[in-house]
Amino acid sequence: MKVSKKWLSEFIDLDISTDELVDKMLMIGNETDSINKLSDSTNLVVGHIVDKKPHPDSDHLNVCMVNLGDNIYQIVCGASNVDKNQKVIVAKVGATLPNGLEIKKAIIRGIESNGMICSLEELGIESKYIENKDGIYVLDDNAPIGKDALEYMHYDDTIIDFSLTANRGDLQSIVGMAYEVGAVLNKKIKEDNFKINEINEKHNISIVSNTDKCTSYLSKIVKNVVIKESPNFIKARLMASGIRPINNVVDISNYIMIEYGQPLHFFDYDKIDNNIIVREADEEEKFKTLDGIDRILNKGDILITNKDQILAVAGVMGGLNSEVTNETKNILIESAIFNPFSIRKTSKNIYRSESSIRFEKGVDPSRTEKALNKAAYLLQEYAYGEVVKEIYGFNNNELKDKEIMLSPNKLNRLLGMNIEIKYIEDILNKLNFKYENIKDNIKVFVPRRRLDINIEEDLIEEVGRLYGYNNMKPTYPIGVVKLGRYNDTYNYIKKIHNKLRSLGLNEIKTYSLQNEKDFNKFSINNYSLIKLLQPLSDERNTLRNSLIPSMINTIEYNLYRNNKDLFLYEIGKSYYIDNDYKEENKLCIGITGKYLYNDWQHSVINSDFYLLKGIVESLLDYLGLNNRYKFVNENIPKEFHPGKTASIYIDNIHIGYIGAINPTLYDEEIYVVELSIEKLITLKTRNIKYKEITKYPSIIKDLSFIIDKSINSIDVVNTIKKSNSKVIEKVEVFDLYLGEKIESNKVSLGFKITFTDNTKTLTDSEVNIYFNKIIEDVLKTYEGSILRDK
Amino acid sequence: MDNNEKLKYIVDSYNKDIKTIDDSLKLNEMRVKYLGKKSEIQEISLNLGSLSIEEKKELGKSLNEAKKYIEGDLNRLTEEIKNKELTTKLNKEKIDLTLPGTKFELGTKHPISIVREEIEELFVSMGYDVLDGPELEEDLYNFEMLNIPKGHPARDMQDSFYITEEKLLRTHTSPVQARAMLNNKEKSPIRIICSGYTYRKDNDDATHSHQFHQIEGLFIDENISMSDLKGTLELLSKKLFGESREIRIRSSYFPFTEPSIEIDISCFNCNKKGCSICKNSGWIEILGAGMVHPSVLRMGGYDPDKYSGFAFGMGLERIAMLKFGINDVRYFYSNDIRFLNQFNKIEGDSNESK
Repeated sequence: MKVSKKWLSEFIDLDISTDELVDKMLMIGNETDSINKLSDSTNLVVGHIVDKKPHPDSDHLNVCMVNLGDNIYQIVCGASNVDKNQKVIVAKVGATLPNGLEIKKAIIRGIESNGMICSLEELGIESKYIENKDGIYVLDDNAPIGKDALEYMHYDDTIIDFSLTANRGDLQSIVGMAYEVGAVLNKKIKEDNFKINEINEKHNISIVSNTDKCTSYLSKIVKNVVIKESPNFIKARLMASGIRPINNVVDISNYIMIEYGQPLHFFDYDKIDNNIIVREADEEEKFKTLDGIDRILNKGDILITNKDQILAVAGVMGGLNSEVTNETKNILIESAIFNPFSIRKTSKNIYRSESSIRFEKGVDPSRTEKALNKAAYLLQEYAYGEVVKEIYGFNNNELKDKEIMLSPNKLNRLLGMNIEIKYIEDILNKLNFKYENIKDNIKVFVPRRRLDINIEEDLIEEVGRLYGYNNMKPTYPIGVVKLGRYNDTYNYIKKIHNKLRSLGLNEIKTYSLQNEKDFNKFSINNYSLIKLLQPLSDERNTLRNSLIPSMINTIEYNLYRNNKDLFLYEIGKSYYIDNDYKEENKLCIGITGKYLYNDWQHSVINSDFYLLKGIVESLLDYLGLNNRYKFVNENIPKEFHPGKTASIYIDNIHIGYIGAINPTLYDEEIYVVELSIEKLITLKTRNIKYKEITKYPSIIKDLSFIIDKSINSIDVVNTIKKSNSKVIEKVEVFDLYLGEKIESNKVSLGFKITFTDNTKTLTDSEVNIYFNKIIEDVLKTYEGSILRDK
Repeated sequence: MDNNEKLKYIVDSYNKDIKTIDDSLKLNEMRVKYLGKKSEIQEISLNLGSLSIEEKKELGKSLNEAKKYIEGDLNRLTEEIKNKELTTKLNKEKIDLTLPGTKFELGTKHPISIVREEIEELFVSMGYDVLDGPELEEDLYNFEMLNIPKGHPARDMQDSFYITEEKLLRTHTSPVQARAMLNNKEKSPIRIICSGYTYRKDNDDATHSHQFHQIEGLFIDENISMSDLKGTLELLSKKLFGESREIRIRSSYFPFTEPSIEIDISCFNCNKKGCSICKNSGWIEILGAGMVHPSVLRMGGYDPDKYSGFAFGMGLERIAMLKFGINDVRYFYSNDIRFLNQFNKIEGDSNESK
């Protein structure tokens, strides 16, 4: 809400600086967006051009003699519209203009110039408010020579732009602001007195409403108006409020809306008949609004109609058929109140106007009639209108103050303060609320303008904010001492975070919303898209089902910036439909580049499948799932490299995928894993239980076989383990050879086997027996395999 | 030469020989030459048997002395040379200590996680439970249970991403409040904190993000007051931004709290003198809060005549930006590794930047 300080001071004495005012308003809940002067300039006076001669050395400059009251000055002017006898705005030598320009005595092509004749734009008036943008601004003939031009134009004003909270519809007017400022400054608001010379004349006007969405509809007729420019003060105040002046009649309607917060509508009385019906629209009714656009209305929109035509979409926009034009003579003023929710719905569909914004937040029903009368008065004063005395229509709104009981006890209990009753009463006085003391309580009479105050707590807030929360002493809640706890899922996820960080992985965060293309690029499972009804852009129109696309995007983003070694993880939600909308916590890891390295030593551990597998195994072991997981090359989605990807199973439950991205999708060698945390959590695990370390020494023996490539190493390991599970403590693959020395469909695998007996020291001969059985078992199990070395 | 003269001669020649010895190999040769089986001293001692007891005694004594002398001297030298050689060896093994080390880095916490965990830990230590809630939320919980019916102007402040008419991406973490109240069947006191992603229809720029984090606290019990809220938030502010921070309370509006307030902290950069961070006001807004609205309590099944409560919420991105001096919210979601790596250390002794 842009507030003209001059306008505001008509209703309340402002004897403090703007900065102080803004500070005080801030503390009671009204933040300021900006403070501006309507025209940030100095030393401007009204001048009279007494003579004009062409510049001898220029074909477009003129040399003007200008009477500034104290003297006649020679000023060179380049505007094409400058002329003798004009009253103009002159920036004197020493004047400053909003663009920082300082006016100095100058010689322009050999001719002395003592000032500048100004256009409105040069005064800092936004061009959207200026009708005639070419050349200097010409004042009316009555402008007094030598007078401060800013004062004459009413541009000597400061605009404070308050950002209002959604509950304070009452502050969307100068009068409403005046009450608020009055409360904070402890000042009474000044009465707005005006006198209308009304005529008694009979008009058979009937106004009925067929909907309860119109709670009041008051009308007045003003005859024989003359359409012309508005006086300077109206124009300046509308500009200060962010509204473009049009003509006196339209401007008056806007002026009252800003001043009283009551939106008005002016109909050309001669274009409507005498029977006004307020009703709700039917489905798909059509109507041409005054901006010339054909609108299709929604069922329930509130309409102002005649017997046979729609005249206006209530509270939002009038119709072309009944609008005020330059030929309009007689006006019917509408001052009404419409249902906020309905207006909100309609304005979303049609147009969000200054008027609809006010109706949406609620309008003070006790001001409807006063606003109507003030508009009529202004039409009388500034459009030569004749005001018909009678007011037509109805006001069904409750106008009596709302009665709310306020218990000082409860107030102090809720605020944790100790405010004496006399201070509470003091604040109610400042707010202009009447009250009665009833025993220990205060019965407060809240005026209708405060639509936001309906319960005791609302009053407590009023007292609190005006008393000042900063006067409150901090305390701590008194409650039962108890343990604070993380919920189970959250706790589990925290542990995963800790482990992954310890493994050197960096946490990333990416957007849940992605574009549909990315989504389809990595559709690991078949599921249905979850799309937004109204996305901001196609870039973000779909909820992700997998974290992999954004992981890959993040890796690409970094690679593009030459960040080559990337070890990233994200824990986030993925979304899917399974009867209902569901969300699931997932973990995604992406790696590329060097994990651990020291270049000058030529030592490096590079990203590959096995590094990522090791990371995942470390994590799963940490989570207590050791010996329960397996990596199987089956059911691999097409987005993965078919030969370098595994499904991960724990106890035969599929929990995710690990592997290389299919090289047809991305050039870089990127390895990713995605696991369902939701599924991991459901797996039961055991507590840590210490196992006695064996006292007897182990014997380690190596063994290698040449076997078919198609055989998985894990199977051979298992065969070895099974050979004598009692003494074989550990079997590790220590060598793998593929090459010229063996057949191309074969692989040589070396195993390191650790023998331990927990009951005694093993002898060589015992171990040899076990060892030979292993060889026998492996050769028997894998046909065609050869013992290579032992 | 008699034996004594011989011995003297041996010692003399030893003393002469030994002067040129400077490595352990030659020293060994010396040991063989003067003390070995074929050494002259050995020869003399072998001849000892042919002497009279008297002579034996006398020669034996000087023989021992000579032997002892040479042996002692050799041992001393051996030690000396060994040390010298070790020093030489160690000197040779000297490496360039300025070459880079092999670094294994701990992974980094995302800055949002750093701030989130810090706040959560504080509240857990005060007995708050950390809760979680869905991101795909019902209009009912996101708005209606929080006193924001359909058509309420406050919905404008939170333009939302809807999936269906009734389902949306939550615009704040406050629906967790409503759920916590409903889920508490005994209607016993509540002390919770919850955080997570929230979504609003904002175009992304340096200060806006369509996806962001909120953290939210709720405390419901008998006789909870606004001054309790102030005390709690003062603690939080000091924890996050340093002990010397002051807080300022301004009146505000949220549909689900009444009274509603906003909290500013004194600017940690300029200490209220005015700078670009606080936009010359000396104060920085950090969170919104208030006393739980009686309608919200009632909808959650709590009797507002018996219970009262406070709630507060803030944006984690904003807190992290202030705390670490980050000037563009988009950095949090672009995950440039050069950005992330800057958070890979413990916090300093002081939160004050000056």
